[in-house]
Amino acid sequence: MVERTPLLNFFTHLILFIGFVFCVAPFLIVVIAASHNLRDVNDVPMSLLPGSDFWLNIKTAWTTADLGPKLLNSFIMAAGVAAGKVIISALTAFSIVYFRYPGRMLIFWLIFVTLMLPLEVRIVPTYAVVANVLSPYQTILDITGLSWLIEKVTGVQVALNFGLLNSYSGLILPLIATATGTFLYRQFFLTVPDELTEASRMDGAGPIRFFIDILLPLSRNNMAALGTIMFLWAWNQYLWPLLITTDQSHATAVTELKQLIPNVGGIPEWNIAMAGTLIVMLPPLIVIVAMQRWFVRGLIATEK
Amino acid sequence: MEKRVTFSRSTIGILFAVPQLILIFTFFYWPAGQAVYWSLTLQQPWGGGNIWVGLDNFRSILANADYWNSISASLVFAGISTGLAMFIALVLAALTDRQLAGSRFYRVVLIWPYGIAAPAVALAFRFILAPEAGFMAVVNQVWPGFWDPGLDGTDAMASIIIAFSWKYVGYNFIFFLAAFQAIPRSLIEAGAMDGSGVIRRFWDIQFPLITPTIFFLLVINITESFQDSFGIVNIMTSGGPANATNLMVYKIYSDGFQGLDYSGAAAQSIILMLLIIVLTIFQFRFIERRVHYR
Repeated sequence: MVERTPLLNFFTHLILFIGFVFCVAPFLIVVIAASHNLRDVNDVPMSLLPGSDFWLNIKTAWTTADLGPKLLNSFIMAAGVAAGKVIISALTAFSIVYFRYPGRMLIFWLIFVTLMLPLEVRIVPTYAVVANVLSPYQTILDITGLSWLIEKVTGVQVALNFGLLNSYSGLILPLIATATGTFLYRQFFLTVPDELTEASRMDGAGPIRFFIDILLPLSRNNMAALGTIMFLWAWNQYLWPLLITTDQSHATAVTELKQLIPNVGGIPEWNIAMAGTLIVMLPPLIVIVAMQRWFVRGLIATEK
Repeated sequence: MEKRVTFSRSTIGILFAVPQLILIFTFFYWPAGQAVYWSLTLQQPWGGGNIWVGLDNFRSILANADYWNSISASLVFAGISTGLAMFIALVLAALTDRQLAGSRFYRVVLIWPYGIAAPAVALAFRFILAPEAGFMAVVNQVWPGFWDPGLDGTDAMASIIIAFSWKYVGYNFIFFLAAFQAIPRSLIEAGAMDGSGVIRRFWDIQFPLITPTIFFLLVINITESFQDSFGIVNIMTSGGPANATNLMVYKIYSDGFQGLDYSGAAAQSIILMLLIIVLTIFQFRFIERRVHYR
């Protein structure tokens, strides 16, 4: 549009620049603080010129919080959740879009409702389930009298117990159990032309063939978007890993940030804390920069 | 919307939904049901049996001043941080939507904060807003005792609001920008031909067209402020000082896992669930209406 608005353009640039500073300043402060030594980081005011201890602080933060294995755990959890969501959502959406069976609408609504309640609000009982994932099934057997029957007939007492605390499955599975992705796929499958289905049926392809050879290749973009969002979301999870990884071997990088809060008393080691923060915030940032196009498109499509 | 062409082998069809159904039953419906059951019983920690008490848990929670304090803290937090994050994002998105040199660059950068984990944002802001180091220390030298989130409840609340808003400006920005970009250029050009200025055009043409996005983000931001605040509170203030930042999710966590009061935590979860369900229903009605606009 050709329009001369020099004054407005000036203010636009000014406000955008302020917004840019507001957005980038915290990142910069983290990087600069991470480069100071203990004395300089606690200087009032802190120098905005970078210090020389950057790599030393990174190394100290890395060893203090044992970040190597923790980053690996974060990566396994985030990749597991992303892959799980992508696969399970595609399967479910295929089922509710391409088949007519009794109870289909019930399944649709059962899945829909899961969008409403985040893990955070059902955290206490979810923890109990993960402590023994078979407890729901044991309870069902007890209530229906089946466990009594089994004990009478076979003499075996049914005591199903399988704990997932401190395990990757315990970290991953409860996070997959929401339907965010299912509706993204559903929207997409509904836009796939019926002619394709007809043609593939005429070629004698069954549903599984059609799903693998036609539908999945068409949904590549959706998968990339959903995978990116879920990876970021899972990487950034805090409350859940904090609760179920009582043993350090499965703790994630984000939960380890807590170890880096400087203690009261003594000079606070903010330089180390900021170096650790930087390490933990870097992987999602790299993913966003690399996948920005998919990420934005997917976010808007899911209306998460 | 329905498909005309479907597959007839419905048994296979159901099988495709089974993995999802097992997962949501085990990790969603069972715990949600359990929460309802626990909220109506007095649950002994670590499996010591339970006694049916009806609505007593709710009565004792609602009679507790700490709980009302956590509700009002949550509302203050949700209200102010949502308002801030949305207003700033709206202004920035409206401005980057104009075709100017550099707007593409701003569009890329302004999204970054959303990808950072809440606890990392919290730790960064805990340092940035520390009373004894950095910049707030300078302010404290000029006005001694002006800023201390460790002692002053208002300062602590301000700290968590700043951290949360910073993160969510990026998120809201994405949606606002998409909404602005979806407005046909011809509409705005027609306005320009009629001789209306940029600000007039914003209020008369663009703003009405993005109100659905505003309502959508309002609901999302409020729900997220109930959930995503956990990491921020846990790292920045631990609910203190004197419960000033003991938001609802944080209280559920501390009552349930530190106080081992499962029944009380379950009853609080139910109340929070109801709150979120109401908000979500509102949101979905809105999305549906929004679809009609297209």
